[in-house]
Amino acid sequence: MATDRSTASRLLTNRAFLTVCLFTTSLAMLVLAGLLISIFWQGFGTLSWKFITNFASRKPAEAGILAPLLGSVWVCAICGLVALPLGVGTAIFLEEFAKRSRFTRIVQTNIMNLAGVPSIVYGILGLTAFARLFGAFGNNTEDALVFGDEESLLFFRLPFGSSVLAGGLTLMLVILPVVIISTQEALRAVPSSLRAGAFALGATRWQTVWGITLPAAIPGIMTGAILSMSRAIGESAPILVLGGLLLVFNTPKNLMSDFAILPLQIYNWAGRPQEAFHALAASAIIVQLVVLLLFNGLAVLIRQRLQKPLQ
Amino acid sequence: MTTLPSTLHTPRDPASLGRAKSTAVRVLRERVIVGSLAIAACFSILVTGTIIVVLARETWGFFQFPDVSLGEFFGGTEWNPLLGAEKHFGIWPLVGGTLLITAIAASFALPIGVVTAVYLSEYASPRVRATLKPALEVLAGVPTVVYGFFALTIITPLLQKTNDGFGNYNAMSAGIATGIMILPIVCSLSEDSLRAVPRSLRDGALALGGTKFDVSVKVVVPAALSGIVAAFLLAITRAIGETMIVALAAGGIAQITADPRAEVQTMTAYMVQIFLGDAPADGVEYKSSYAVAAMLFVMTFALTMLGQFVLRRFREEYD
Repeated sequence: MATDRSTASRLLTNRAFLTVCLFTTSLAMLVLAGLLISIFWQGFGTLSWKFITNFASRKPAEAGILAPLLGSVWVCAICGLVALPLGVGTAIFLEEFAKRSRFTRIVQTNIMNLAGVPSIVYGILGLTAFARLFGAFGNNTEDALVFGDEESLLFFRLPFGSSVLAGGLTLMLVILPVVIISTQEALRAVPSSLRAGAFALGATRWQTVWGITLPAAIPGIMTGAILSMSRAIGESAPILVLGGLLLVFNTPKNLMSDFAILPLQIYNWAGRPQEAFHALAASAIIVQLVVLLLFNGLAVLIRQRLQKPLQ
Repeated sequence: MTTLPSTLHTPRDPASLGRAKSTAVRVLRERVIVGSLAIAACFSILVTGTIIVVLARETWGFFQFPDVSLGEFFGGTEWNPLLGAEKHFGIWPLVGGTLLITAIAASFALPIGVVTAVYLSEYASPRVRATLKPALEVLAGVPTVVYGFFALTIITPLLQKTNDGFGNYNAMSAGIATGIMILPIVCSLSEDSLRAVPRSLRDGALALGGTKFDVSVKVVVPAALSGIVAAFLLAITRAIGETMIVALAAGGIAQITADPRAEVQTMTAYMVQIFLGDAPADGVEYKSSYAVAAMLFVMTFALTMLGQFVLRRFREEYD
């Protein structure tokens, strides 16, 4: 500590710094409040039940978000169904089975890097790998291999095209690193004495993981999973690369349906010059934020309900 | 004494545990499970590999066009792929636009984020912390298209009131919105690394007669510096890759400028323009977006590696 300064001046510095702290913190909170208030102000007027149950329209008064809302639900469901098993499996392998070797270090560094890749780059990967299947089935949608009736639930085609399946898998790529990293943290937080106890009773590694470690880590894993799903709901850049701004007038019927998603509908409306569409964008944002808050609230609830300290 | 968490309330049915199974079956089952988990882990490597192969192949295809040369791409200062008789593919206007937006965002978000993190970790009472931390987490979860809308409808009109030079699209507005987007990342990650500094260091500094300011700024922040720098780098990576805010609010003119009132186009915004437009899939404009994506990937990859290096090399360990 500086000895050449009087206590009074050091205390003054302390007070001044605290003032700066309070100022920046309240600035951050003011921004959050300003964001929420301005959006509610702009969008509350056009929010109605009709807005949620109508399809898109050129006339602002009749436009609604039914197709993008259900599109988001389908895409996120597919995304979660693939990303969670894959991500949790990877994390279990890295934390509980793999020995510290060159290979695991590479996998670990690689996951960190994947977490930093911009989401629009994943969009390009999804376009090539899922929508076109690397061109293995030709580049025209007319040449696609078709299975089943287009109207039925089991309709399937190769390549996937800009379908909900391709969209869900692309979003899966975006959130996979997040799921892996948060699951790893949850597994690391389980005290090793629990594992030692299971091993001492003669359990195999997998029995220990399945019976002891995983149940103890479930609250952390679920919190991470919900937060990464809320990221998936808000992602729009990769889907934009995959299919552009589709105007969709029906809800998805099967894995191969065309789809729109809520954030892209917001982008579409926000980018138009007319004020009336800005109001619609704000209303759609309110719906999006309500869904997001529900997810966050659920995460907090799970954390509080299930997380009893392990000592 | 170790107690199992309450989620384990139902003990396994003894009958199922005790079912006689030959060791061979158990070993086999274990092998199958470990094998499938290992395959899951390899998937992440596959993803990286595929990104690199796809970007490299398409970028190679881009450089085969007669309008394009490697020298112009890395040396040219004109990016003009769509309009005009002569097409120019010099990457620097797009990189410049990206860097301008990132610089504006960082100059807001990094100082405010760190000071807020110091406040939350060192000064704030537990109750204040318990309300502010979730609020920041909400801010972190807001979709970026929402910030883009905020920039377009609130920030830009406010800026236009202060100075006549601001157009409907400008770098400043998009930069501020990007700054708001990365603020929670900086704040939350810095706060985590500040709180990881052991209490004994603070107690020692306080015992020597330091004020709270001395303790926080001269002891705790230096001890957590590697984590704070890593948080900075992660936030900058996010700002570089941010797409929807710049696509909505920054405009569409690719130019090298330092004027925050000017319209700029970033690398990501150019990609949006191409994928939304109707450029033919085998044309040079379409392929150019892959070259831009490759550049973006290399930049963010380098920053992430740097962040990892900083964390590994400069981490202070106390326990």
